[in-house]
Amino acid sequence: MAAIEILGLEKTYSVGFWRKKPKYALRPLDLAIEEGEVFGFLGPNGAGKTTTLKLLMGLIFPTAGTARILGMEVDDPKMKAQIGFLPEQPYFYDYLTARELLEYYGQLSGVDPKHRSRKVDDVLQRVGLPQVGGVQLRKFSKGMLQRVGIAQAILHDPRVLFFDEPMSGLDPMGRREVRDLMEQLKHEGKTIFFSTHILSDAEALCDRVAVIHQGELRGVGAVADLTSSVHGKVEVVWQGTAVPASLRALGAECHITGDTVRAVLSEANQDTALEALRRERMRLISVTPVRTSLEDYFIQKLQPGVTVGARA
Amino acid sequence: MRARIAHIASNTFREAVRDRVLYNLIVFALLMSGASILVGQISINIERLVVINLGLTAVSLFGMVIAIFIGIGLVSKEIEKRTLYTVLSRPVRRWEFIVGKFFGLAGTLVVNTFFMAIGVFAALLYVSHSFQKPDAWVLVALYFIILQFLIITALTLFFSSFSSPLLSAVFAFSLFVIGSFAEDLRGFAGITQGVTRWLATGAAYLVPNFSALNVISSVAHSNPVSGQLILYNSAYALVYATLAISGAVLVFEHRNLK
Repeated sequence: MAAIEILGLEKTYSVGFWRKKPKYALRPLDLAIEEGEVFGFLGPNGAGKTTTLKLLMGLIFPTAGTARILGMEVDDPKMKAQIGFLPEQPYFYDYLTARELLEYYGQLSGVDPKHRSRKVDDVLQRVGLPQVGGVQLRKFSKGMLQRVGIAQAILHDPRVLFFDEPMSGLDPMGRREVRDLMEQLKHEGKTIFFSTHILSDAEALCDRVAVIHQGELRGVGAVADLTSSVHGKVEVVWQGTAVPASLRALGAECHITGDTVRAVLSEANQDTALEALRRERMRLISVTPVRTSLEDYFIQKLQPGVTVGARA
Repeated sequence: MRARIAHIASNTFREAVRDRVLYNLIVFALLMSGASILVGQISINIERLVVINLGLTAVSLFGMVIAIFIGIGLVSKEIEKRTLYTVLSRPVRRWEFIVGKFFGLAGTLVVNTFFMAIGVFAALLYVSHSFQKPDAWVLVALYFIILQFLIITALTLFFSSFSSPLLSAVFAFSLFVIGSFAEDLRGFAGITQGVTRWLATGAAYLVPNFSALNVISSVAHSNPVSGQLILYNSAYALVYATLAISGAVLVFEHRNLK
């Protein structure tokens, strides 16, 4: 059974005063995410990522289609006890302390009162905020609020997690910590559905990704497959500050950074290029096949006219 | 279900306390102390009447202002600040949220009224030097004031479930004013004819009848309140508040949270 099933989910708003026109926030979306999978939902700002998450959380209602989480409808309280949600740029009751907020959410999630306090301690520890549990949230920085957001999402040990832009507002250290935390959750067997436009995070964490643009699904695939296809080009890196003329003649694209030269050329010309470098007594650093990056895939899917053919 | 409503209500109460809503009690205490001293000096034999009238009117007005100005933000603030997202993504039904919010604010108003009532009785004791038997009717008047708060809180919640905070405040305050003259509106309906009579009668029964819930002047003159009126007003407030909350739930259940 898929952990998350999205079947033709669609959201349209009417815009205009006299002549109302439909505005598609989300065109019919079909997706299935397996249990234990980390799924990245990629797209530029305004693509429909948050709309999809709001539909899955039952915060807005679909114009058409349906979704099931753990085999249950999205408004089923039994299902909601088994999910955690981090909204984009979360904001919490700022008159509460972090501990009070987590206690409150624990109460609403039905966490056993006998273990609630310990769970709050654990989760504060886990997100790196053990010392500020008694501080009111109005005194928290954006990054700290993001951590509290993650803490409230994982507090009740849910099976499926929905994170909307979890790295947003975090400094590099914070991003690294959240990434590590998400990796831990992955190892614990949680299903994670997260939206982002930071492709390096998606590449590092996700089993599969989907690209959405202008409310339309543009592509779905396993990260390993998307980044393993070879262009038929190689990247040759050597120490030096000059490019031999024979290498330029091969049509290599060269970039010189400090005392390192990086050249991308056709795989067929690899031996000739290496021979030229040996002749010139250049110190070779590496030769690697050029692979498609997630960024290439993302950019390609944002081009006009790209649609996903079959149901994902 | 009941536990979740209680948790939401208790958090709403905590918010009101931390937002210093109960600070109005200080202003009220100052008002009552000043009034008692002043009344004791300038009036002869009507100190009790003045203190009860002034005290209960102040309790009513302070409470109404709190009910309207907190009530309008109960739902809209949660949507605007998106604090609602992390609540409704838990096993909390939308109607439980609305009912919890209602009880939270109603609880705040009851606690506030309780402390104000102490102030009224303290002032009464100061000017009369002892309590008299008819002073017990002041408690009934306070009970009716709380019933008014329940109705206005439910109505504010209803308005705030579909309109902006400003419009909700305008609607709720207008209904409070019109409802305070509900008996006059009914009287007016009785002397008109045709469509006007229909409209006036409809409006008279639609607006909350706050005038029936206002016995301040009567108890100030030591008149007793009948058991029948207490029963009728209790049932009326219960039904009216329940209908208004049901309306709020109905709207909120189908609302897209932007």
